[in-house]
Amino acid sequence: MTEVLAGLVAPFADIASSPRFFAEVLIGGVAAGLMYSLVALGFVLIFKASGVFNFAQGVMVLFAALTLVGLIERGLPVAVALALTVLVMVLLAFAIERIVLRPLVNQEYIILFMATIGLNFFLEGFGEMVWGANVKRLDVGIPDTSFKVAGVLVNRLELTAAVTAAVLVTVLAVFFQKTRIGRALRAVADDHEAALSIGIPLKTIWTVVWSVAGLVAIVAGIMWGAKSGVQFSLSLIALKALPVLILGGFTSVPGAIAGGLIIGVGEKIAEVYWGPLVGGAIENWFAYVIALAFLLFRPQGLFGERIIERV
Amino acid sequence: MIYREAGQFKTSYAADQAIFPIVQDRVLVTLGILAAFVVPPLVANEYWLQAVLIPLTIYALAALGLNLLTGYAGQLSLGTGGFMAVGAYAAFKLATAFPWLNILVVFGLAGLMAAMVGILFGIPSLRIKGFYLAVATLAAQFFLVWLFNKVPWFVNYASSGTITAPPRTVLGVMVTGPQATAPVRYVAALGVLALFALVAKNLVRGRMGRSWMAIRDRDIAAEIIGVRPLRTKLLAFAISSFYCGVAGAELVFLYLGSAETLAFDITLSFLVLFMVIIGGLGSILGSLLGAAFIVLIPIFLTNAPHHLGLALPVALQKQIELMVFGALIIFFLIVEPHGLARLWQIGKEKLRLWPFPH
Repeated sequence: MTEVLAGLVAPFADIASSPRFFAEVLIGGVAAGLMYSLVALGFVLIFKASGVFNFAQGVMVLFAALTLVGLIERGLPVAVALALTVLVMVLLAFAIERIVLRPLVNQEYIILFMATIGLNFFLEGFGEMVWGANVKRLDVGIPDTSFKVAGVLVNRLELTAAVTAAVLVTVLAVFFQKTRIGRALRAVADDHEAALSIGIPLKTIWTVVWSVAGLVAIVAGIMWGAKSGVQFSLSLIALKALPVLILGGFTSVPGAIAGGLIIGVGEKIAEVYWGPLVGGAIENWFAYVIALAFLLFRPQGLFGERIIERV
Repeated sequence: MIYREAGQFKTSYAADQAIFPIVQDRVLVTLGILAAFVVPPLVANEYWLQAVLIPLTIYALAALGLNLLTGYAGQLSLGTGGFMAVGAYAAFKLATAFPWLNILVVFGLAGLMAAMVGILFGIPSLRIKGFYLAVATLAAQFFLVWLFNKVPWFVNYASSGTITAPPRTVLGVMVTGPQATAPVRYVAALGVLALFALVAKNLVRGRMGRSWMAIRDRDIAAEIIGVRPLRTKLLAFAISSFYCGVAGAELVFLYLGSAETLAFDITLSFLVLFMVIIGGLGSILGSLLGAAFIVLIPIFLTNAPHHLGLALPVALQKQIELMVFGALIIFFLIVEPHGLARLWQIGKEKLRLWPFPH
């Protein structure tokens, strides 16, 4: 009985007794959530346009970060290194479209999913072979220190990440809504065949989408790399982004952000207030439980397209 | 010429419904199974049994289980590692709590335990489909592994956090534990696999398999013609998890000897899924072929540079292995998306006509 009481009452008492600490936890959660969103965005872009569930997005983040750090270590100025990384990711998109996707057109979704897992293995080995497997530091010139706003500690790096994510989403939204290519992308996402029949080149669109996902991967790679170093474990954040993805819906950019925020905040609060009761380290699976709880009520995610089924 | 069914008439329904209606198939499969039981224990050395054949039979069982769920019932699952962990830890708890219990019974009970957990985590499948479900099953994977890691009761409060297979005998022969020889463990694993493969083959030919396939192909249509989705999907999860649970128990008891939760992490789930896809979705034979492929490829890749006379640094070799493995998977998916089982089928068709072109 005391344990039940400890689980149900004590954490809320903690929250009530120190609202300032709670605010810090909340801000930490929001920041972490936006970092997840950055990764989830890459998934959404590709799924939206080509229906491919790209499991290799996590490794693309790692690969982008490795390339950037590797080039900077070779003595190149940051701007040049960044430009070269962008070029590498675009080339990668071309290669993936040509070598992996094109021969697999019209295959079942699970086959394409498996192919991206194969890609995942390949890129992981390739990235480490070219740039080395040791942990690298990525210094983007933003100190990982905190300052106080109204008595609440805020981390500079996390703040930067949040702003970056916001900017990125805005740019993507404008890109999707206002530009010619963006409209074509939405058309392809809506109906492949109809898009083809009015003259939208599917191959180009896929290359563009994978390139954009590569660019998002660079941003995510910079942010995550600055936070926790560039190393193999970076590719595992894909697993953290998956619950964000299903919570927000596979096809929704705002969903990726909202999902990230819900998961980030929920996870942090659970970890800080309930974690100690069950022995900690619940971050690994708690996100999935939150996502699952939401899915039971909305099977297509919060902002996903409504699934209409016909016989 | 040799492989031809001309002149083989069926005079009863039983003969028509046989698993292998063609005599040549029957002879070949019987010989193959006999050879699998007799030849390796006599011929193969310790390395081959321990590094190749034992893991192969165990993974084949897990792949069989996942193929029932994903290939036949169409429910994509990434929780295989978690369900295998349930089997392993249940077997460990049962074997240490009831030392007099026959180890094969323990495997069966461990499978039942995994089946119950499978039903629990299969419930979302009634509402969630496709990739949403795949990600949801990851919840099972992470939660179960975390649970076994965190609760010391599961490892009998061992400070190392590992579970170790206790020595047990079947019919007076040591099957598990450090004294059990590799040939005995191989035969035990193969026996279980053969039995379970037979059961699976009959399951998918019968009413249950048909309702699974109906759900897979078009679930709403299946529901309209009277297939109950609740029962069918949960049964698929239960039976699949049963297979995976037994495979997990075997993994610790017959192969590894002792294990931590790390042995059951997400990599294992993906590995088994690869076996199913490479082997062929919705094919019993495919599960076995896929397991053989995925077990043999890394061994081949590890040994190839050595035989070619190349001395590569360990790290580099590891990275090249990863690259080649990934590239091979993509290559196979492009060349034959329906898996090795389809290749086998094409070969059989060709053989029927041989030596004539039509």
